[in-house]
Amino acid sequence: MLANPDLIRATDRGLYCPPGDFYIDPWRPVDRAVITHAHGDHARRGHTHYLAARDGEAVLRARLGDIALQCVGYGESVDIGGVRVSLHPAGHVLGSAQVRVEHRGEVWVASGDYKVESDGTCAPFDPVRCHAFITESTFGLPIYRWRPQAELFAELNAWWRDNAAAGRASVVFAYAFGKAQRILAGVDASIGPIVCHGAVQVLNAAYRATDVALPETFAVGDVADRTALRQALVVAPPSAQGTPWLRRFGDYSDAFASGWMQLRGARRRRAVDRGLVLSDHADWPGLHQAIRATGAERVFVTHGYVPVMVRWLTEQGFDARAMESEYGGEQDDGAAAEETPDAAPVSTVAAP
Amino acid sequence: MRAFAQLVQRLDETTSTNAKLAALTAYFRDADDADAAWAVFFLAGHKPRQVVPTKALRALATRVAVIPEWLFEEAYQAVGDLAETIAHLLPEPGVVDDAPLARWIEARLLPLRDLPPDAIERALLRAWADLDHRGRFVWNKLITGGFRVGVSKLLVTRAVAAAGGVDPRLVAERLMGDWQPTPARYRALLAEGDPSERAGRPYPFFLAHPLERSVESLGPVTDWHAEWKWDGIRAQLIRRSGRVFVWSRGDELVTERLPEIAAIGAALPDGTVLDGEVLAWRDGAPLPFALLQQRIGRKTLTPKVLRDAPVALVAYDLLEADGEDLRARPFAQRRERLAALVDALAHPALTLSPAVVADDWAGLARLREESRGRRVEGLMLKRIDAAYGAGRVKLGSGGEWWKWKIDPYRVDAVLVYAQRGHGRRASLYTDYTFAVWSDGALVPFAKAYSGLTDAEIATVDAFIRQHTIEKFGPVRSVTPSLVMEIGFEGIQRSPRHRSGVAVRFPRMLRIRDDKRIDEADSLDRLHALLADADAQRP
Repeated sequence: MLANPDLIRATDRGLYCPPGDFYIDPWRPVDRAVITHAHGDHARRGHTHYLAARDGEAVLRARLGDIALQCVGYGESVDIGGVRVSLHPAGHVLGSAQVRVEHRGEVWVASGDYKVESDGTCAPFDPVRCHAFITESTFGLPIYRWRPQAELFAELNAWWRDNAAAGRASVVFAYAFGKAQRILAGVDASIGPIVCHGAVQVLNAAYRATDVALPETFAVGDVADRTALRQALVVAPPSAQGTPWLRRFGDYSDAFASGWMQLRGARRRRAVDRGLVLSDHADWPGLHQAIRATGAERVFVTHGYVPVMVRWLTEQGFDARAMESEYGGEQDDGAAAEETPDAAPVSTVAAP
Repeated sequence: MRAFAQLVQRLDETTSTNAKLAALTAYFRDADDADAAWAVFFLAGHKPRQVVPTKALRALATRVAVIPEWLFEEAYQAVGDLAETIAHLLPEPGVVDDAPLARWIEARLLPLRDLPPDAIERALLRAWADLDHRGRFVWNKLITGGFRVGVSKLLVTRAVAAAGGVDPRLVAERLMGDWQPTPARYRALLAEGDPSERAGRPYPFFLAHPLERSVESLGPVTDWHAEWKWDGIRAQLIRRSGRVFVWSRGDELVTERLPEIAAIGAALPDGTVLDGEVLAWRDGAPLPFALLQQRIGRKTLTPKVLRDAPVALVAYDLLEADGEDLRARPFAQRRERLAALVDALAHPALTLSPAVVADDWAGLARLREESRGRRVEGLMLKRIDAAYGAGRVKLGSGGEWWKWKIDPYRVDAVLVYAQRGHGRRASLYTDYTFAVWSDGALVPFAKAYSGLTDAEIATVDAFIRQHTIEKFGPVRSVTPSLVMEIGFEGIQRSPRHRSGVAVRFPRMLRIRDDKRIDEADSLDRLHALLADADAQRP
């Protein structure tokens, strides 16, 4: 029997497709890059040609500036060197895509980062049938199971309402791209004004330009009435924690939004009043649901709890292997997040 | 159970004492008496006995989660806590049984003790199936006997008092001794105080002012009584209605932690209240404060703890005798009766704080120089005809107590780490670590967070942000370039500190912009201070 040729393999520059001579989310400069999404560890500067999903265009340009970018709609195919390439929603952040690669009847899918639960700020995850699937594993342990978003937002709203009643601002630390907009789209904006840190406002604009409905948000300078600040929900990147920027809100209550907040130890180390278990990555059941839905026999596991996932999948009868990458996982703690140089990695919960 | 589990999570998540107090108060306000009684039981540090062996619990959880053992182990490694790991791994619950906490404990948890292993297993499975995620975590903690949340008994006392609108001192008294978690006991906590229950009520402590003018300005030395300013824990020992109470200055009832002092109380005549200082004490002299500090931090008093840091009461005032309030009487009179009482009692753990006598102020000043060697902080000056005031009386009222402390040790040290403060100071770097030189390297020796003005803090905060080398969570390491003068009260050897010394009450005296870091002091100087202190010891 002939072994199937590897359509995608790990190289020191990134995931590489030899027949098409292009890279997926390369971490060193290359000629042709297919970008799964605009988070800093996946979309880097310095490539000659970029290909990405149309929904991600505004965000990508906001972050990478003037690049040679070709955009395609989800499901639309392009031919790169005889390889058929199409992008499919990954449900991670606005414009995030799984990359489907087809060559001589063999189909591979690289997932980038993904989340299976739909959240209203980006196209929902769409499973794609394939022979081999490259999956992330950021939350690849069975302790990571997300509660339904409705419950989470009910709690967030109640917390905000209580704080507003007590005349105290509610500060949520959330990664500026993706997580912040999910919070904005999910909260009950009738409770009070919403103030966003400058880093978040830039991304809000990109979301609105892509027709994602977000409630009205203010920059802190726009709020003349100081007492209104005490009723406000404030969304700021984790790097704002402990900075003078927060002083204008006086005595505030704070929360931190991240999948890592699932663990008590991580919540305590963050030293905020509330830990919001909100992630834009798949939880353990989500990872397995996604993998099964592809029908793939071969599974390659990248960034996260790689050995655990490989062993578990092997025991479940998959041909599972590790694939080396330099991706960062959950961004709000990630070292690769360029706009959050202040967010120290929570090393004890980082993946092995 | 849901409300209690939510409370545990709130307490767990926040580091703010006020937020903890608010969460506790809200819980007690809403809780049924039976639940509140159990909540007090667990929160005040009582532990249920472990009813299920850890190994059996792990095996059962692994089975229920339908995962292999290695995966359970990986999960446990990531979480680091068994009760929490299990809570995360169990399958989603069916219909959650939101029975009250008391029912969960009395009908489900306590009976486990007497069951055979297979029945325990069935009971556990049912309990897990009936609880949501938070509930399971608390339940697992309770059955493994590892229940611990970061609240003190004092905080629980304050919350119960606030929820019930009762004097916290009354609640503290009623919480003493064995706590039976019954609704009746909880209701009794909040009952109107009847007069017989005022037995344990302390008087407000009379507080001293620092002497910041010349001692001669106090008038003739003969109008004053001088004694050592002890470096221990200020306490009132109360004997009334056949009961004994020991209160610390923070309105904390510490009777159970100080059995030696309680024993003195038991020997006192009824209707007596003493004011004095609790000290770690051996052979008629105080032991280092650090020993007392360690001792007071201990929850369980093993024979070894009691042997290593025995405590005594050095009494300096008599506030009540034969049930009569003596506070309005002149100090000299109270002191005379106190001396007679201590003498008559002849209790090994009770000493009269001796008078320090000299012919003139200069003589007292010379004796004050012996303070370090005696492990005291200087002298206390009390007018012989003054009444015992309440709290910190206004300056100039005439009856003040003066603390005439010795000058602190002073060392120039380099700022090397900074940490954000809490509450109002949360966005400012206010807690600093200072280092001195040793063999060309800077060795941290003290942490300080008081002594600077708000304006100075703002300046130092800006400095820290501009000179950060690395960040570790809330801590930053700072390029060594800022020298400050650090003052402290005492110094002793400490194998637990990298510098080999521990200093008492370090604080910032001033910023030394005029000094370069190479002009800061060295560890040798700290060792010299240590040798001096040793040499002065009589």
